[in-house]
Amino acid sequence: MAKIEAEVGQPKGGFMKWIDDRFPFTETMKYHATEYYASKNFNFWYVFGVLAMVVLVIQLLTGIFLTMNYKPAAEEAFASVEYIMRDVEWGWLIRYMHSTGASFFFIVVYLHMFRAMLYGSYKKPRELIWIIGMLIFFVLMAEAFAGYLLPWGQMSYWGAQVIISLFGAIPGIGEALVEIIRGDYSISDITLNRFFALHVIALPLALIGLVFVHIVALHEVGSNNPDGIEIKEHKGPDGVPLDGVAFHPYHTSKDLVAIIVFLMVFSFVLFFAPEMGGYFLEYANFEPANIKATPEHIAPVWYFTPFYAILRAVPDKLWGFILFGLSVVLPVFLPWLDRARVKSIRYRGWIYKSALTLFVISFISLGWLGVQPAEGIYVLAARIFAVIYFAFFLLMPYYTTIDKTKPVPDRVV
Amino acid sequence: MSEDDADRIDRNRRHFLTVATAVTGAAGAGVALYPFLASLQPSARAQALGAPVEVPIGSMQPGEMVRVLWRGKLVFVLRRSEAMLERLPEGLDELRDPNSEVADQQPDYAANATRSVKPEYLVVEGSCTHLGCAPLEDFEVRPSENWHGGFFCPCHGSKFDLAGRVFKGVPAPTNLRIPPYRFVRDDLILIGQDTGAA
Repeated sequence: MAKIEAEVGQPKGGFMKWIDDRFPFTETMKYHATEYYASKNFNFWYVFGVLAMVVLVIQLLTGIFLTMNYKPAAEEAFASVEYIMRDVEWGWLIRYMHSTGASFFFIVVYLHMFRAMLYGSYKKPRELIWIIGMLIFFVLMAEAFAGYLLPWGQMSYWGAQVIISLFGAIPGIGEALVEIIRGDYSISDITLNRFFALHVIALPLALIGLVFVHIVALHEVGSNNPDGIEIKEHKGPDGVPLDGVAFHPYHTSKDLVAIIVFLMVFSFVLFFAPEMGGYFLEYANFEPANIKATPEHIAPVWYFTPFYAILRAVPDKLWGFILFGLSVVLPVFLPWLDRARVKSIRYRGWIYKSALTLFVISFISLGWLGVQPAEGIYVLAARIFAVIYFAFFLLMPYYTTIDKTKPVPDRVV
Repeated sequence: MSEDDADRIDRNRRHFLTVATAVTGAAGAGVALYPFLASLQPSARAQALGAPVEVPIGSMQPGEMVRVLWRGKLVFVLRRSEAMLERLPEGLDELRDPNSEVADQQPDYAANATRSVKPEYLVVEGSCTHLGCAPLEDFEVRPSENWHGGFFCPCHGSKFDLAGRVFKGVPAPTNLRIPPYRFVRDDLILIGQDTGAA
């Protein structure tokens, strides 16, 4: 900081000086980009934060344009989405960008979170970045859930019915809470209207605020890297970390490649498989909501299915709700559950490597089981994988303590 | 600030003012919060639309079921046949709450062996007590599966008998809820109200 202030203090002239005397533009650019140093050994896993920002922008822009034609009323909502798809010029493209963007948001965020688990990015001194990140994830889940009710299709209605009913499991206040969420005795026009308010105003505002705080916290502490080495511990005479390179232009040019590749994949899905075989857009949702009949097969969109499988694996309403909630919230505590002295998987022993592998297998399996019918072998499998899922977190303080780690080098090689 | 000034600061007074301001401010914020929370409750219109509904049952055949909406909630009205009624007392030990002991799930006048005012007519909310899906009717008797006919929830596999009583070992914790209702005439049910004149 001292260095930045010294340079800003140098005499300048012209338009930029006029701006900088009134707003710290140059200083901010330096602090967050041209003089923000991140390790030179970033790999593939380090592009997903930037990609999440790209998807956020896509969702905000397409969302604004969808709002111009969408009607948040039970009588009109379904028809207005059809109208966007059929009669609004390029409406189908904007709507498919938004629905595809929702799924890609979760793909990118899950990979971003997995990166943190691979390289111990949540460990000291980055605990707060991780917690803010988890808050972003929770808001994102709420945002996706609220958005899914808006088309007012069969799956919108019954999916919301199931998830809102979950809160009824809370002893004592459950039923009253459910009534306050719905604003009615059942999911109705009133519920749709308030979910619209949450989806387009309240939650996006919270999301943007949290993303801002996430980045401020990151730039205060500095980025982790695949070796889990603190590059700030070895600085040159100019105060620049020896193993760091400036975020702009070095990391930004690498990110630009990632963005282009990402947009290619995104466009392919957008133009050739926007429904993704019923996983990105569920077929039951092409029918308007029918209060008198639940679809034969009801499943949430793919990004909620791992947690949904855990909910269904429990044959008790209250415990189902508790374990479902716990499975979502547990990762928040990773910085304290993980007792290993090293951050990166590169220097961890076989125990953590096996545990993380089992965790990934169980998470993906639960995701698959969440869309299967809740019967027979599927329920048994979901129970087994749910146990592994919880064991990964709850036994972590033990197995990360006994795991034999390798010495971490001082410098990034 | 000179040292003389520092001596003149009454720290107790400053502390009192800080705490008093914070407490008053918090109380004010709390009061200001109330209208916003209260606005989330069902509005007057939502309450009015939740008025009782009449269901004519004169033309219903034994074994026939109709679906009506009350307060936007699905309600099943089933005219149970003689055979259906005869099967009700069977297999009570497979049920979680065979005697309707969970008070919230039915009005007192329906806490009986048939969970109804008149044994022939079952009036029950079509909302699974697990997570609110609409159960499907499955009235076919299949002795091989030990199934006497009842309701099956497609979402998470909860099962109920022909009085809406929940089986053991399914995710739904309680029997299907019986709404308040009364017979206005022999061929007319009023759902949502059980006292006073219609």
